[in-house]
Amino acid sequence: MIKAIRPKFKLLSDDFIVKIIEEACCILEKEGVFVENEEVLNLFKEAGMEVTKSNKRVFIKRKLIEDSLSSTPSLIKLYDRSGHKQFIIGGDQVHFAPGSTAVTIFDHKTQEQKKALTEDLIRFTRLTDCLEYIHFQSTAIISGDVSGIISDCYRLFIGLQFSEKPIVTGTFRVEGFKPMRDMLIAIRGSKDALERKPLAIFDACPSPPLKWSNLTSQSLIDCARAGIPSELISMGMTGATSPVTIGGTLVQHVAENLSGLVICQLAKKGAPVIFGGSPSVFDMRKGTTRIGAIETMMIDSAYIQIAKYLNLPTHAYMGLSDTKSNDNQAGFESGIGIILSALSGINVISGPGMMDFESCQSIEKLVIDNEICGMAYRLIDGISQRDEPIAVDLFKDITQESQFLSVPHTRKWYRKELTFPKLIDRDTYDYWINSRKKSIADRAYEEVGRLIKENPSSSLDKNIRVELKKIMNRYAKDSEISSFK
Amino acid sequence: MDEEEILREIQTAVIDGNKEDSESLARQAIKNDMNLSEVIEKGYTIGIQKVGDLWQKGEYFLPELITSAECMKFAMNILIPQMQKGKIMINSLGKIIIGTIEGDIHDIGKNLVASLLSANGFQVFDLGSDVRLEYFIEKAEEEDADFICLSSLLTTTMLGQKRFIEMLKEKNLFGRFKIMVGGAPVNRKWAEDIGADGYAGNAMSAVVVAKSLTANKSKKGL
Repeated sequence: MIKAIRPKFKLLSDDFIVKIIEEACCILEKEGVFVENEEVLNLFKEAGMEVTKSNKRVFIKRKLIEDSLSSTPSLIKLYDRSGHKQFIIGGDQVHFAPGSTAVTIFDHKTQEQKKALTEDLIRFTRLTDCLEYIHFQSTAIISGDVSGIISDCYRLFIGLQFSEKPIVTGTFRVEGFKPMRDMLIAIRGSKDALERKPLAIFDACPSPPLKWSNLTSQSLIDCARAGIPSELISMGMTGATSPVTIGGTLVQHVAENLSGLVICQLAKKGAPVIFGGSPSVFDMRKGTTRIGAIETMMIDSAYIQIAKYLNLPTHAYMGLSDTKSNDNQAGFESGIGIILSALSGINVISGPGMMDFESCQSIEKLVIDNEICGMAYRLIDGISQRDEPIAVDLFKDITQESQFLSVPHTRKWYRKELTFPKLIDRDTYDYWINSRKKSIADRAYEEVGRLIKENPSSSLDKNIRVELKKIMNRYAKDSEISSFK
Repeated sequence: MDEEEILREIQTAVIDGNKEDSESLARQAIKNDMNLSEVIEKGYTIGIQKVGDLWQKGEYFLPELITSAECMKFAMNILIPQMQKGKIMINSLGKIIIGTIEGDIHDIGKNLVASLLSANGFQVFDLGSDVRLEYFIEKAEEEDADFICLSSLLTTTMLGQKRFIEMLKEKNLFGRFKIMVGGAPVNRKWAEDIGADGYAGNAMSAVVVAKSLTANKSKKGL
């Protein structure tokens, strides 16, 4: 039997990749990076790097970058809440997660954004939990009804209770790390168990160009020491906070990611790190970040190719849209992104559900995007030979009346060869008229209602729930917040 | 070069975004003992207005807009100290304190706003990024500012805008300065809710809002 080839999308030649990495290392060595965290600066000093105290600049020697690359694991095993289901982050494995940290939710009925509340986050999380092609959940929405000071931890608190899936999250304040880690430990039972079976990925975003804030650098070292994978989210905007050429932005992107990776390895050798990002092309008129633009996706696919060349786990923000409603643009930008991300073999893809750049979640879009993810998985499965011979036997005794609908071959293979999306319109025109000309967003709205109704909320052991609540209460109290929902 | 020629060259330098010429022409104007208020009004300001027209027509994009604004800023850095020395009145539409709120080190949007405000005749004090809320007030009092502009790119620091207005109320300073807010997660509704005077979704509209707030001192620019 002839196996399928895995279709792959590539934009860079090996020569180009080598040159980009070379220039990135050159920048780190000669120009350095800015690190606004004393402890990290000290780690660099102890490793023999030159540190200018006055402007908190670190010059990273090539040897340290090479050593850090060789001690960074090339794959990470992430586990779901139960600890039974394993997900490999490495190689060409593809996992989708909703985009993270939106502030509003799109209301299908009013066709307007509204402030997201805890109930929206719960609904979103429950829905994520039952979508087949969305492998991970994320702390997708900031709950507007809870004080901003504790909102990092609060999102995780909700996510862990309402979904079984591994979670992409991150801190908003240095103080947020401890309670968040404690919650993860509460699920796993011990610090060691969490290290053996990581459940969450923490995003850390350097500020372009080449700057690690106090918060993000602290997150890197805290995660490294707790065995929690850090996902490095470089986010240069071409022509604004990074060079305008895609090549130039890639150099900066690689330099930022490599410096983050070095920080993780200095904190703990062997710490899990994911080479990631959310770069974008900058709109030269509106001053906005064109996340759904083809050039943005080109940057994404290209840095992924570089990360793979370095044998690192990968992440990108794709499958989201700059549009403001579930319109054509939502579909084509997310569709192109999801397909290209799968063809690029990206391990963690954040984006489904998101619109209005990265600030709004649409629960209906998440369900639609889930179907696009299903198509993407089908695409990368490729075409394989199912039978020997392929088809000659099927044409034996063929007559003018022959059909294939009722032959055993069809019954045997059609479920493997085809996908079965629910929301995509494949009805006749008359049916569409009779169903009151419903759009895909209308159908998604109904599907959301059905899924929430038919799928019971994921249940978490009562003792663990009590423990999570205790941690949350303590954090709220320490942050001088009197109560939360 | 006669004076007319210098003024024309200044306009061209601003329109073309030629920083070196813009600066050297400012020095030339001082050397020639020209009327510096006129140099600004008939040279630099006309230039920046033409840049605004090109933007409106869709011919210019942000890189041109910002480079021209910087041309203007560099020239002002040369002309204003000279005018102060000669005790020449500087025409300003108002004093503006601007910065990105503490916890936030993103400042590209704020920089765009600051550049365009200053290019359009406001005197801008840019406090940079990650600025303590108290410092905005201290600086505004020190400079007797007309406006305080708060930028936040993050949803977390956006809450600082609300806290800032509460702080002004506690200090009995609410109403003394016009407060403008902006940044990626900020919108008009938020600005209204927290009691800000103005909101702008982009740098060009920040100029329009600031000008309208200057023209109608009591009105809100939301």
